[in-house]
Amino acid sequence: MKNVCFYFKIHQPYRLKRYRFFDIGNDHYYYDDFADDEIITRLAESSYMPMCDTILDMIRETNGAFKCAISVSGTALEQLQVYVPECVEKLHQLAATGCVEFLAGTYAHSLASLEDPEEFMREVKAENELIFRTLGIHPRTFANTELIYDDDIAMLISGMGFDTCLTAGAKHVLGWKSPNYVYNAATAPQLKLLLTNDKLSDDISRNFNNPEWPEYPLTADKYMDWIAALPAEEQVVNLYFSMDTFGSFLPASTGIFLFMKALPRFAAERNITFAMPSEVSSKLKPVDELSVPYPMSDIDEARDVSAWKGNDLQREALGKLYSVAERVSLCDDRKIKQDWEYLQSSDHFYYMSTKNMADGASHAAFSPYDSPFAAFTNYMNVLADFLVRVEEQYPESIDNEELNSLLLTIRNQAAEINSLNKEVKTLRANIINDDTLPVIEAEEVRPHSLVTDAPREAGEKAPKKRAARKSSAKTAQKKTQK
Amino acid sequence: MFGWEFPPHILGGLGTASYGLTKGMHNNGDMEISFVIPKPWGDEEKGFANIVGANCTPVAWRDVSYDYVNSRIGKAMDPQLYFDLRDHIYADFNYMRLNDLGCIEFSGRYPDNLIEEINNYSIVAGVIARTIPCDVIHSHDWLTYPAGIHAKNVTGRPLVIHVHATDFDRSRGNVNPTVFAIEKDGMENADHIITVSNLTRRTVIEKYGISPDKVTTVHNAVIPLSDELLNLPRRESKDKVITFLGRITMQKGPEYFVEAAAKVLQKNRHVRFVMAGGGDMERAMIRLAARRGIADRFHFTGFLKGREVYQMFRDSDVYVMPSVSEPFGISPLEAMEMGVPSIISKQSGCAEILNNVIKTDYWDIDAMADAMHALISYPALHTELRDRGIEEIHGITWEKAGKKVIDIYKSLI
Repeated sequence: MKNVCFYFKIHQPYRLKRYRFFDIGNDHYYYDDFADDEIITRLAESSYMPMCDTILDMIRETNGAFKCAISVSGTALEQLQVYVPECVEKLHQLAATGCVEFLAGTYAHSLASLEDPEEFMREVKAENELIFRTLGIHPRTFANTELIYDDDIAMLISGMGFDTCLTAGAKHVLGWKSPNYVYNAATAPQLKLLLTNDKLSDDISRNFNNPEWPEYPLTADKYMDWIAALPAEEQVVNLYFSMDTFGSFLPASTGIFLFMKALPRFAAERNITFAMPSEVSSKLKPVDELSVPYPMSDIDEARDVSAWKGNDLQREALGKLYSVAERVSLCDDRKIKQDWEYLQSSDHFYYMSTKNMADGASHAAFSPYDSPFAAFTNYMNVLADFLVRVEEQYPESIDNEELNSLLLTIRNQAAEINSLNKEVKTLRANIINDDTLPVIEAEEVRPHSLVTDAPREAGEKAPKKRAARKSSAKTAQKKTQK
Repeated sequence: MFGWEFPPHILGGLGTASYGLTKGMHNNGDMEISFVIPKPWGDEEKGFANIVGANCTPVAWRDVSYDYVNSRIGKAMDPQLYFDLRDHIYADFNYMRLNDLGCIEFSGRYPDNLIEEINNYSIVAGVIARTIPCDVIHSHDWLTYPAGIHAKNVTGRPLVIHVHATDFDRSRGNVNPTVFAIEKDGMENADHIITVSNLTRRTVIEKYGISPDKVTTVHNAVIPLSDELLNLPRRESKDKVITFLGRITMQKGPEYFVEAAAKVLQKNRHVRFVMAGGGDMERAMIRLAARRGIADRFHFTGFLKGREVYQMFRDSDVYVMPSVSEPFGISPLEAMEMGVPSIISKQSGCAEILNNVIKTDYWDIDAMADAMHALISYPALHTELRDRGIEEIHGITWEKAGKKVIDIYKSLI
């Protein structure tokens, strides 16, 4: 019996507004709210909501036989909550059917998995929390940003407790192997891999509305015939789409929603079932292990990470951004943390691609900028401002490790002060109860002066950086006191 | 082909473009080109085209010996051609001011009596058309349109005119009626019109009322620079250098460059701006720079020529061409070949074919300042544009442009 898994991805970044270099240092708001509002509202109306309705109908009509998976990035979900809350309501309804599995991913649809493992884990955690908060579900299956995957990432994912991961069935990795089996990761044997079937996915997303395609028009009947005709041993077909394919790239007038609705009937005739990824992974055994030494993805002809890291501009921007990853993780300014999240979206780097031909056209189609150079300039201007703000948090002269230990002492100090204060209170209470010992009071009030004592001690250990430390300790102190 | 300028004696971009195109067409093979210019100097590159001097073409019979002709014009043109031409004089022009060879003198420049010189050029074209057999007549720019029309009437061969610029570009709308009339006459009599950019093509169609189906764009290309120029040593400077290079006239938009410079200098003092060239707006620009308080970082070089131009490119980190209206604009291509990233206005013809440049609207000084700042502050952008720019320029050759022109010829014959 064959299993078909449909995956729908919803992602929108926070687009940057036009940010000139003379705004650096003057303007700390980076986003083009108007464009975000316009785009997400348009897509929700033309695509996300009709598609959710279609899926709901399919589930109801088949009494739960139709199943699928959805991944929503944190930034998209945030925008939906703000601009089109009715769409979040639809996602709720889908979650409630129990026939839709929500996947884990990165919060900002970021490239952290390639750049900074710790940040990657933080992103995934943040995304998980958001999904749980809004939809009440703990995702079990992982799908990285545009399905980026390699052996190192496999270990991270497995380490975070996921047992299934969806990734791209890239030809250059699979070779003669078929994507229609369950594999396991070479570096993390417990992690099962599901691979997308590019050919069958493209038949819908690229060819459904392409009259030059020899098989045009595509019908549900024909499509299910193709799946049924696959060798009997090939038991799972993973079909991965960006949700806006339905209704936006393929407008409703092409009949795409009707095509989708017709699928379950023809599937049932051919004894094909629909499944959620976690079901597939628990039902089927891996046939082989898959080793992926170099990162692959679902994007562009090359199916690698060249869409985001293909030229010097992109590498420079990514390098500059992640150079402050640790600093940002140390600080606790909410505004900085939020900007840090939004600036990581892979889309910003996608716009900087200088590829030509078909790939270049699709990069340009999504980009709000005239050219990759404009995308780079704008991003770097924003980043320059952001970096200044991060640096202002703590003086540059202290390196991260030192800063970390210093912050730790300061935080511990607060705890210490608290406990001492408590002690004072209890002692005072004792004094009141027992007024035979009035002399002690004066000594025990001292803990207040400890506040200034502690940083001084730290400063004496390394007199060179004394001044810098002191000031940093003080600013940090103010924060902890708040 | 009828042209007005030919390297090395050039006054503007027309000569370079005519030369490059002719050479490119020759390299496509199977073609004999006679190139008529008003006044050859004798040091033009020969081999790919047969240079015919209008001032060496007799329009009235003079009984002169071969040796005498050789001593007079042998340097510039084959003396035998003089005698062939003399056999085809078609009317008595003795009433005109002629020299001892029966030829009309030409300045080969843009003198005050330009209209008269254009007329004389067309008289000479009649003799040449009767002498040298041809399949297609090709006229470069409005100065040679009357000659082309005359040659067409004589031979009955198709006329192609090449529009390197129109009077609308030169005058920003205040067209000289005489020039306009000559241009329009040329366009109407032409069998096909070649423009150097789609921008110019639109002008031809919209302003001159020409049917779009006989107007084709063939973008200009660059002649590779010599190794000597490419290897010029850089004069090191502590500051970054951003350069404007061109005539300081209204058409080139120099005031936008000054304004953008002022914006950049507000944020970053470690930049120097250079305005190289001369023109009627030079003084106004000096005053403007002073008024913006940036004169200590804003430098004027005056008119640069030959090697100095390339030395200027070599010393620059960024080249800016904020032209208000530019039919093509060859200088950004040269800057890119020298490894200098360029910022060009969207209103220039070369913006249509260049990818590895930053394009802004000429009036958008914010965008221009932003691009300048980005190029000097983000090294990755600079290297990316530099390396890819060099690569891109190597792909823009006159051979390809020549091939397109030949295809147009074939459709006409």
